[in-house]
Amino acid sequence: MKKWQDNKGWLFILPVLLIVAFSAIVPLMTVVNYSIQDIFGPGQRVFVGTEWFREVLTDQRLHEALWRQLLFSGLVLLIEMPLGVGIALLMPAKKGFGASLVLVLLALPLLIPWNVIGTIWIIFTRPDIGLMGAAINTLGLTFDHTANGLHAWITLMLMEVWHWTPLVALLAYAGLQSISPAYYQAARIDGASAWSIFRYIQLPKMRGVLTIALLLRFMDSFLIYAEPFVLTGGGPGNTTTFLSIYLVKIAVGQFDLGPAGAFSLIYFLIVLLFCYLFYQALLNVGKGEES
Amino acid sequence: MAKICLNEIAHSYLPDSQTEDEYALKRIHNIWDDGGAYALLGPSGCGKTTLLNIISGLLTPSSGRVVFGEDDVTDLPPEKRNIAQVFQFPVLYDTMTVYDNLAFPLRNRGFDKAYVDRRVREVATILELDSFLGKKAQGLGADAKQKISLGRGLVREDVAAILFDEPLTVIDPQLKWELRCKLKEIHEKLKLTLIYVTHDQVEALTFAEKIIVMVEGRIVQTGTPQELFEYPSHKFVGYFIGSPGMNFLPCTMADGKAVVGKAQIPVDPSIAQLAAEASGPLELGIRPLYLEVSVAPMADGFEAPVKYVEDQGSYRIIALDFQGHSLKARISENDPVPDTRAWIRFPVEWVRVFADEKLLK
Repeated sequence: MKKWQDNKGWLFILPVLLIVAFSAIVPLMTVVNYSIQDIFGPGQRVFVGTEWFREVLTDQRLHEALWRQLLFSGLVLLIEMPLGVGIALLMPAKKGFGASLVLVLLALPLLIPWNVIGTIWIIFTRPDIGLMGAAINTLGLTFDHTANGLHAWITLMLMEVWHWTPLVALLAYAGLQSISPAYYQAARIDGASAWSIFRYIQLPKMRGVLTIALLLRFMDSFLIYAEPFVLTGGGPGNTTTFLSIYLVKIAVGQFDLGPAGAFSLIYFLIVLLFCYLFYQALLNVGKGEES
Repeated sequence: MAKICLNEIAHSYLPDSQTEDEYALKRIHNIWDDGGAYALLGPSGCGKTTLLNIISGLLTPSSGRVVFGEDDVTDLPPEKRNIAQVFQFPVLYDTMTVYDNLAFPLRNRGFDKAYVDRRVREVATILELDSFLGKKAQGLGADAKQKISLGRGLVREDVAAILFDEPLTVIDPQLKWELRCKLKEIHEKLKLTLIYVTHDQVEALTFAEKIIVMVEGRIVQTGTPQELFEYPSHKFVGYFIGSPGMNFLPCTMADGKAVVGKAQIPVDPSIAQLAAEASGPLELGIRPLYLEVSVAPMADGFEAPVKYVEDQGSYRIIALDFQGHSLKARISENDPVPDTRAWIRFPVEWVRVFADEKLLK
């Protein structure tokens, strides 16, 4: 018998295959179904081929949303990765009350439901009664994220950094904790500076967890929906209309299920592509160091 | 280079320790001669690593002073002391090449490029790392990695002593032997003080000129391998060194002889005199190697039932029941093996007497 016929291993992956089929493949296929047909009602459908895809790909507003999304994710990574690593380096290295307290405080934003986070920041930045909004306006500066696009972006970035930097910090902290004390002792004997210790011991040892942090932060920020939806609703104008918000507008607001299905597939492929590129890039960095 | 003096060193990991039990190191007063090869031997948890870290400056002792030559270095950080340390697990800067690893301690101290290059190449030649210099350190074998850790100590010409903290733990047996030879060679070539922490007596005995045996935060004996084997000053040393360890039999003294059960064992007269005056419980000690075993009755021999025989390849261990006490003897593989009974003799020159666990001599 050939290997593939006699392979009992297939039985072991069958449960996972079933779960993935129902949780991912079947829903994805229904989206594919929508994206290539024009559906008017039960039993009333017309095959349209790539029409929805062409319509979506030439949509000017989608292009704008994509650039906005890329800018947002880029800024998120640029701010949160170094900031998270920095916080992790400043955290108490020894176990004790101090370290526990910092860990709990850092984990708090991660435990709050995402739309609640949006609501918290709406109140926090309100120009009349919000702690931040009112404080800035009292200083004589006008700050209103509902009227000014830049202010909306600043508010969103602040919220995003506050919400998710702790994740990067916690991962980096876990990476730092796994470094054997012998490395620091050897570095002291070798007369290494703090920068050298960071550059040649801490950073290389954190590479694994930072790869995960980078992938998670890219995916989550690229797919962000609940917080900007609650905080700005995509406005003012379209200044904070990200891909997911625009998608929901098409699917639910205009009820254009065909274009929405095509859009969803393209969106999915973009995320997949970026994650693959990041992963490959980081894997190669590691390989280069091993050879 | 200079000798290292430890003046009344004591260390506790707890703040404000009162009782002696809380001290990891109790009272260490010791001098390490310049250019000596020392092994610090003791069971896990006896304070070997603590002592090593105090010498290198990674720890500051709770009390006492560390003196290198004429300089009191107790309050100096490790990078200011002329010390290098090799750890149990190889410590490497993974992202650097072997060359950069070796150059790292010198570059940190601001030496010029030509000097760094010369030193790195010299050390690489000594350690036979020449062909690895351009490679990344990460993919190398454990032995090469440990050599690099050692090399980072050797590149510094000001290093007075290199401290090893069980450096061969992760190395394969065959390579262990090679690395130990390399260490001896380096010691002879460079005349550096080497302090080698281990709990493996074979490593200690083959490597060191002098062995320091530690138990429970104390140094119990310092001596050459031969001294430790023949005159263990403390019961622990007798038991810890040798394979199997020394036999100990509780005894009393009568007429200048050690009495164990019904057997009267002759003892050197001067030791018998000391034993008669000593306080505390007396014990007779003898190395299994020095017990004479015969399959037939012999003069001055005692009969003892054989419990079991262990074949160890080139020698055999015979476990005997001697006057109700367990006794082990070691015979060579060519000697006749006793069946159920053996006759044993205690050569007077190898019989030691311990009072309150301490050797009488």
